[in-house]
Amino acid sequence: MFGYYLDLALRSLKRNPVLTGLMITAIGFGIGTSMTSLSVSRAMSGDPIPEKSAQLFMVQLDSLGPDRRGERNEDGLDEYMSYIDTMALKNLQAAQRQTRIYSTYFNARPENPALKPVGVIAPAVDSEFFPMFNAPFKFGGPWDRSDDQEGTPVVVISRKLNDQFFAGANSIGRTFTLDGVSYRVVGVLDNWPLVPRFYNLHIRPYGQIDEIFIPFTRAIKAQAAASSMSCQDTSDPSFEARLRSECLWIQLWVELPAATDVAKYRAVLNNYAADQQRIGRFHWPAHTQIRDVMQWLKYRHIVPNELGLLVLASFGFLFICLMNAMGLMLARIIGRTQDISVRRALGASQTAIFGQCLVETMVIGVLGAILGLLLTILGLLVMRAALAEDFAALTYLNAEAIGIEVSLAIAATIAAGLYPTWRAAHVEPALQLKAE
Amino acid sequence: MSGAVLIAVQIALTLAILSNALALIVDRLSWSARLTGIDEPNIFFIYATSVDKPPNLVSLESADLAALRSIAGVANTYATNSFPLEGGGWSMSVDLAPEQKTASAHSSYYFGDEQALNTLGVNLIAGRNFTAAEVINRDGSSAPPATEVIVTRALAQRLFPRGDALGKSIYIETKDPSPIIGIIDRLQGPFVAATGFMSTFTENSVLAPFRLLSDSPTYAVRTKPGTLNEVMKAAQSKLEGINGTRMITARSMGEIRARAYRSNRGLTLILGAVAFILVAVTAFGMAGLTSYWVAERRRQIGIRRALGATRQAILRLFQKENFLIALSGVLIGVVLAVALNLWLISRFEMVRLDPTYVIGSGIAMLLLGQIAVLWPAMRAAQVPPALAIRGSQTS
Repeated sequence: MFGYYLDLALRSLKRNPVLTGLMITAIGFGIGTSMTSLSVSRAMSGDPIPEKSAQLFMVQLDSLGPDRRGERNEDGLDEYMSYIDTMALKNLQAAQRQTRIYSTYFNARPENPALKPVGVIAPAVDSEFFPMFNAPFKFGGPWDRSDDQEGTPVVVISRKLNDQFFAGANSIGRTFTLDGVSYRVVGVLDNWPLVPRFYNLHIRPYGQIDEIFIPFTRAIKAQAAASSMSCQDTSDPSFEARLRSECLWIQLWVELPAATDVAKYRAVLNNYAADQQRIGRFHWPAHTQIRDVMQWLKYRHIVPNELGLLVLASFGFLFICLMNAMGLMLARIIGRTQDISVRRALGASQTAIFGQCLVETMVIGVLGAILGLLLTILGLLVMRAALAEDFAALTYLNAEAIGIEVSLAIAATIAAGLYPTWRAAHVEPALQLKAE
Repeated sequence: MSGAVLIAVQIALTLAILSNALALIVDRLSWSARLTGIDEPNIFFIYATSVDKPPNLVSLESADLAALRSIAGVANTYATNSFPLEGGGWSMSVDLAPEQKTASAHSSYYFGDEQALNTLGVNLIAGRNFTAAEVINRDGSSAPPATEVIVTRALAQRLFPRGDALGKSIYIETKDPSPIIGIIDRLQGPFVAATGFMSTFTENSVLAPFRLLSDSPTYAVRTKPGTLNEVMKAAQSKLEGINGTRMITARSMGEIRARAYRSNRGLTLILGAVAFILVAVTAFGMAGLTSYWVAERRRQIGIRRALGATRQAILRLFQKENFLIALSGVLIGVVLAVALNLWLISRFEMVRLDPTYVIGSGIAMLLLGQIAVLWPAMRAAQVPPALAIRGSQTS
């Protein structure tokens, strides 16, 4: 039966190529536009680390009090903490894993004098950073805990830098210099599509960045300047003074696998803040927070406003395209009332007519989906050209997105085709024959 | 009937989306078109990054500046800590008294010597420039002293609304007073943000007479008109000549501006394109549905014509019909536009919708409807009266 309907559908679509083309174009454009903006928006607001995002928490603590000056988030908390607090909280060892992070910048010079030095962004982290954030290694692995303690000059480099400095070879044990000091490579990361880079939202969170990782303690020893530093008292800018100060520049991330761990950590954090009040360092009640990855991204409002409106506009566009397709289908039905009434008079049931028209609609839907897919690819290319490196990592299409796209196209077309189809099924056989 | 609802809903949706998109596009375009206050066409910035620590920063910077000055097309140059639209830089809170609890204002913080104002091409509207004797070498690790400062008009007005800022003191970085010796017309901060805290003090800048001693200094260079590109190349090779191991990067202000606003422009353009296609599709949809009605009602039109209706009257009939449908769509659309705007404000940092955009979009939709039905309505007017006596329903 389906084969017969398909044959009928193709014949009837061929009979009026202009109308058929218009319907397919309307659906294709609607799908193409909405899928382009949806895939960019999904990538931007999506979960960068779905397998662990609910277990990784960013720790926040109010160490400046209500009289603080400068930027603050709506809840009065900052996204960085002082060296004093991050050290103290880390030493409590209250989480399964934990890492301090601050972003710094180095000039890296390869051993081979023929190669040019490059500037690199270097997050200073603890060794637990790598298993916490599921960092994939191509060669080697994280440095040892003893390196965390001693601040050994070791480094984990990106695949890109390994290609650049060591021609992609296994570079474990090789060295290069960072600001004049020789560092030994202990690990080379593989491609790491962690988008957005939730642990460092200040440096092009959606861009492909070239990073190397050095031990936190090493960065402190090297007195590496933080890329973001917020101080209430700026009278002494020396590095030693910053370590003693209330300046905010370090993040603390903790891994808490179970809900009980989360509750326990909250209690530990609150106790710490309360202790600080007790000893007279804080003159305000404990004000702390921990946020998991998705809560953190939402809190930081990193998705641009234009994008929200773009997605909305695109779906409005899809809706209007479908309404147009519906109008065109209604017009087709009018053109075919005689045809249908003859089929009805020859004995076709309402269900049969309905089925036939539905198959026809589905054929249009599939063709619209194919056109929509091509337009989505085109749209993503346009996006890539327009947005440049800031969002380059976002403009890709995966199997899941294609699946959503095709099913959306067919479902939307059927939804748009239901009313015209219903109208077609209700064409009266007798009346139409009488009018002839 | 169902067709009329279809058109009204389309118009309402298009209006709601169009007016909000317009508001956002206009807001962002005017945001990214703001002037920095400096002589943009003739200025470039050059970073000279040392990989190995240079032994004497003072002499290196002096040598760099002398080398830059020796280039024929260079009008002036100075060493800076940051520049407008760089993306990141120094910001400070500014007070009117020492040990103040809440800050009086926030400001960007620029360093520059006595050549800074001339190099940037900013207008000194009151007071005086720094003198060479006032310029202090500043390294990253020692506490800076309080100095004379030059502030922007916006900051002066914010701190001293009565307009008597010149000669008054502000407190910045230290607990000692910094007298305001000059006021400049305009100098934007280095931060690029359309919304949020950083966007609240774009026009507030303080210029202090420091020369920042850094192993990776940044120089601002103003060129004589028409020589920018050659001077940039010459400057690059001059600085490489002083020390071949440094990484030298020169960027024109035009490039810096384009970079700063690129993604914003991209998103704005795409949003504009989608809004435009949306309007076009709505117009085609109206034309299509009206054609369908004309086809459906050919016989009825024929009867009207036979009973004496003129072609004009038939034309008017379809135009009036569309006007009524479009008007109801516009009315729903206005409510929808405001609701959408409120929702967007609650979810994103969306701009408030100006009524002119809604009214303008509404009028545009009514006009669009009239244009869209013109061709099908003219076709309807061509239906011959004789059709009334023929039996066929469709042509």
